[in-house]
Amino acid sequence: MHGTNPVSELKPKHYKSGIKPVWCPGCGDFSVLSAVTKALAYLALPQQNVAMISGIGCSSRLPAYISAYGFHGVHGRALAVASGLKAARPDLTVLVAGGDGDGFSIGGNHFLHACRRNMDLTYIVMDNEVYGMTKGQASPTTAPDWAESKLTPHGPGVPSFNPTSIALASGATFIARGFTGDPNGLTKLLVEAIQHPGFAFVQALSPCPTYRPEHKQWKKEVHGLEEGPTSDPGIAAQRLQADDGMSTGLFYQADVPVWQPENKVSCQSAALEKAFSV
Amino acid sequence: MNNNAQTDSSTLSVAITGSGGSGVVTSGQILLRALANAGYYGLMGRSAGPQIRGGESAVMLRSGIEPVECLDDRFDILMSLDWLNVSRFAEEIPLTAESLIICDAAEGEIPEAIAGHGARVMELPLKELAKAVEGGRINMVALGVLGDLLGIPESVILEVIGTTLGRKGPEIVESSGQCISNGYAAEKNHRPANKLPPVETPPPRWDISGNEASGLGALRGGVRFVAAYPITPATEMLEWLAPNLEKVGGSLLQAEDELASINMIIGGSFGGVPSLTATSGPGLSLMMEGLGLAVTSETPIVVANVMRGGPSTGIPTKSEQSDLNISLYGFHGDAPHLVLAALNIRDCTFATEWAVRLAEQFQTVAIVLSDQSQGQARSVIDPPPAAPIGPGRRVAEPEIEDYSRYCITEDGISPMAIPGTQGGIYTADGLEHNEKGTPSSMPMDHQNQLDKRRDKLAGLDPGEHWAEIRGTGKACLITWGSSSGAAFEAGRRLEARGEPARVIAIRLLSPLPEKALKTLLEDAQRVLVVEQNHGGQLFHYLHSLDLLPETARVLAKPGPLPIRPGDILDKLS
Repeated sequence: MHGTNPVSELKPKHYKSGIKPVWCPGCGDFSVLSAVTKALAYLALPQQNVAMISGIGCSSRLPAYISAYGFHGVHGRALAVASGLKAARPDLTVLVAGGDGDGFSIGGNHFLHACRRNMDLTYIVMDNEVYGMTKGQASPTTAPDWAESKLTPHGPGVPSFNPTSIALASGATFIARGFTGDPNGLTKLLVEAIQHPGFAFVQALSPCPTYRPEHKQWKKEVHGLEEGPTSDPGIAAQRLQADDGMSTGLFYQADVPVWQPENKVSCQSAALEKAFSV
Repeated sequence: MNNNAQTDSSTLSVAITGSGGSGVVTSGQILLRALANAGYYGLMGRSAGPQIRGGESAVMLRSGIEPVECLDDRFDILMSLDWLNVSRFAEEIPLTAESLIICDAAEGEIPEAIAGHGARVMELPLKELAKAVEGGRINMVALGVLGDLLGIPESVILEVIGTTLGRKGPEIVESSGQCISNGYAAEKNHRPANKLPPVETPPPRWDISGNEASGLGALRGGVRFVAAYPITPATEMLEWLAPNLEKVGGSLLQAEDELASINMIIGGSFGGVPSLTATSGPGLSLMMEGLGLAVTSETPIVVANVMRGGPSTGIPTKSEQSDLNISLYGFHGDAPHLVLAALNIRDCTFATEWAVRLAEQFQTVAIVLSDQSQGQARSVIDPPPAAPIGPGRRVAEPEIEDYSRYCITEDGISPMAIPGTQGGIYTADGLEHNEKGTPSSMPMDHQNQLDKRRDKLAGLDPGEHWAEIRGTGKACLITWGSSSGAAFEAGRRLEARGEPARVIAIRLLSPLPEKALKTLLEDAQRVLVVEQNHGGQLFHYLHSLDLLPETARVLAKPGPLPIRPGDILDKLS
C-alpha cells in the first residue's frame, strides 16, 4: 500500500488544501498529514464527505491543511465536536486529530467517554510528549524526570499516562500505534482505523525537533509488534501493560456494537402537540 | 407585611404541603388537570427541599376563568398533609386571617410560623378517612376535600384519576377514587369565601410544564440534535425531548459533562442540523468557552438555560433570575450574540422556537432564559402561538465557486457550506480568521470579522416580539422573564385604582431594541425595574445603555420567594 488507489482518480495531492503548515522543520506532524491524505486517497473518499475535527495545539492545525471539511475548535474538545457531528450526520467520515496535551490532559474526560461510546470515529493523537505551542511544557505522556521545562524544573515527577491501556480500559474497539518515521506503516494503520466500524484510536509517535530533540533516537527505538492484533481485551491488556511504548502496529480490534442514533422520522412535531390538549 | 397585598377574588389559590413522598405533587397535578377539564385556567408551582425522599414538598396552585400568569399575594387554602418540616415553606405560602388551613388534628399542633397569620382552621380526619379504604392514601382524601371546596364536580376528578393513575393498576384507581369520595363527603364547617364560577364552553387549552413547553419550542424551531448533561431544574426538558426528538427523526446524546454537551451541539450544527442544549447556571458557566467558539466560528446553537438560585451550586431546586449577567457578559472577547427570556410557561414555547429561528438566521449563539418557577411548574394555557419563521440558515449552494466561509457580505451573514456540499470545503475556526477561514492575526482581518459578527445582528428586526407591552400610563414597570406575570397583575391593579401604568416585559434582551424602549420611556414619570435577583442585573444593564431616567428605581429581590404583585405595588407607593 502506497496511498494510491489504482481505480480512483483521487490522489493524495487532492486531499491537500495548499495552506502552508505552521509546523517547525522536521516536525513529525508533516508525516501524519501525508499519511492522512494517502489513506483518504486509498479509500477514495470524496473530500466533501470527510470531516476532520481538532482542538488546540500544533497537531490540531491539521484540518486546515487537508482538503476536507474541518473544524478547529477549542482546546481539548475535539472528540465532543466530532461526536456531535457524527450523531447528527452518520453519513460523514469523521476523523479527529490532536496532540497528547489536548487529548489526554484537558480533554481527558472526553477521551474516556468517546472510547466508551464507541461511535464510528477515527482518533489520531500525534504524541510528542510535550506541549509545543506553549513552548515546551511537560504533557501527560512526558517522563517524570524530564526537567527541561521552567514550569517543572525538577521534571513533572509523576508517572506518564498510558494512552493505549486507558483506551482499552475505556472501551475503544481499535487500538494501534504508529510512528511518523514509518509513513507507510502509519498510512496502513489509518486506512484500517477508518475502515473499522467503531471508535478507532491511533497513537502516532510524532517527534518534536524543537522541544524534544532527543526524539531523534525514536527511529532506533521503535519496533514492530511481534504478534498480530487480538480481539480479547484480557490478552490486549496484558500486552499493553507489558509494552515498552515503542512498539508499532495494531494491538487490538474488536467487533462491538457502535453507538449511533438512527435519526428516522416516525411522526411530525405537530402530532406531538396533541398530548398537551386538555 | 406589605400593605398592598390582596387576594384576587376572581381566582382561588391553594397550597398543598407535606413531607417528601407524601404525594403532594401528584395530588397537585391531578387537581390542576381536573380544574383544566372543568374549564378553568391554572398555574401550579412546585417547591421542594434538595432531598429526593423524606424532605419537604409543596405545590402552590392558582386557578381562575382567565389565564393565570403568576401566583397570588396570599393563599385562600393551605392543605397540610402533615406538619413535618412545613415551617420551611412558611414564607413561600403567605396566609391571611381569611385563609383556611385544612389539617388533621392527628398530625399535632399547627407550627407557629403557619398559625401566626390567624387563619381559620378546619381539622378533618384525613388519615382516618384514608385508613377506611384498603390501600387508601391521605393525599387522595385531601384531593377530594379540595375538589369539593373549589367546586369541581366529583366525576371530573375521578375521570382524571382513571387516566393519570391507570397505569398503576385498577386497585390503585379504585382505592384512590374511594378516598376522593370520602374527601368530598367529609363534613366541612368552613368553606372559602367564593367558588370558581362554572365555565359553560371552555376554549381549547393545554396542560403543560415550562420545561415541556421549552422542549416543544425547540422542536417547532427545527432542532433535531440535542446533547446535554442532567441538571436541576432543566432535566425535565431533556426527558421530554429524548423520546420526542426520536419520533421526529432527531436524537439526544447524554454527554459526559457540559463542556462536552456544548461542543457536541456545535458539531451537530456544523453538520447542518439545528442543535440545542439545556442547562442551568453551573452548566452555563462551564459552557462559556464553547459559546465563544460558536460565536467566532459562526455556528448557530441554542442554550436553554433554566435558572436556579446562584452563584455556585446555590439553590438548585428553587427559582431566581440571576443569570442575566453571565448570559450577556460571560464571554471573553467581543462576542455579539442573542439573549432571550421566556415571559411565562406559555411563552417558553414561543421564546425557545424564536431563539432557534434567530440563531439559525444569524449563525450565532442564542441563550434563552427560563427558570425553575416556569420549568418545573405546570400551567393550563391557551395553545401557544408560533414564532416568526424567518429565512432560516443561509447555506452555500453546491458547486459554489471560490468559496469563502466568512466572506464579508452586505448584511454580515455569509452562506454556510454544510459538509457533503461539493465546492464548499472549509475549516471552521475559533481562531480569528480571514474570509476564507484561514487563521489570521492580522489587524484588518480581526477588525473586519469583529465588525461582521456585530453588524449582522443589526439586521434583526424583532417587530413587536421584542417585548410584551400592556397598558399605558405615566408609571412604567420594566421587567423580564418570570417576573412578568406579577408585573402585569400589578399593572392591572394600578389601573383599577385609577393610576394607569405601562408594563414592558422584555423578551429579546440582546440585542435590545434600544430605540423602541427609549421611545416608550419618553414620557414615563415613575419607572420601576422589577426582577428576581439580588444585584438588579436588568436595571444596571439598562443604565449601561443609558435608557433609564435618573429617577428610575429597581425592585431587585433574590429568589427563592417569587415576586408577587403586592411587592411591586409596595415598592411603587
